[in-house]
Amino acid sequence: MAKLLFFGQLGDLAGGIERTMALSAAHAIGDIVALIDAQDRLLGSALAGPRVRYAVNGEIVAADFQVTDADELAFLPPVSGG
Amino acid sequence: MRRRVRIVAQAFDPEAEISIFRRSLEAAGAIVTFTGQVRASSADGHVSSLHLQHYPGMTERGIDAILDEAAQRWPLEAALVIHRVGDMDPFDPIVLVATASAHRRAAFEAADFLMDYLKSRALFWKSETNAAGRIWVEPRAEDYADARRWDDAPGGG
Repeated sequence: MAKLLFFGQLGDLAGGIERTMALSAAHAIGDIVALIDAQDRLLGSALAGPRVRYAVNGEIVAADFQVTDADELAFLPPVSGG
Repeated sequence: MRRRVRIVAQAFDPEAEISIFRRSLEAAGAIVTFTGQVRASSADGHVSSLHLQHYPGMTERGIDAILDEAAQRWPLEAALVIHRVGDMDPFDPIVLVATASAHRRAAFEAADFLMDYLKSRALFWKSETNAAGRIWVEPRAEDYADARRWDDAPGGG
């Protein structure tokens, strides 16, 4: 099962910071967002927002990166610290 | 450069941490520290609490990388970053940055540089809860502009 992480307001929309998704084959992040969007338009459109970045296994990647069932995919909205 | 990075889920004591940092120094003559704490109120009313999230592992690696950059730009003996996560109340310390160098300019500039990174580029997400509900905070335009000051500036010395 791939692990999906939703930070910041994305976690509120997803109803939790973490969920799992079974991926029988590698999927581009854009395809995973489309799968989520088919079930939850509000979350799907937020994940597709222009200011959301993606990280796979702790490294920033582009939307065409191929995610497998063993990966951890994190959705990173605009940050704010300090 | 010696360094220490801590992401902590419990309250910390900046004065005690600064004292430990200062006593650990071997040669530095200049120490700069910055403490950020939860404001008592924000523009849209009283802040009842503040919550900070991070991405364990990735957040720490990002701070490590920015400390590498600080070490390349300025002749620092040591640097310390402590950042809270979890739930906080007004006046709780959120962040402590300390830098030490032979002379003051490098320590001032490096602390400023590190705070600009922590405010608008480090992987933290901050929400405020007040009477109106919970809102996720984004950096101000000034915070982004502050961070951009360093993008093509050569290091001090």
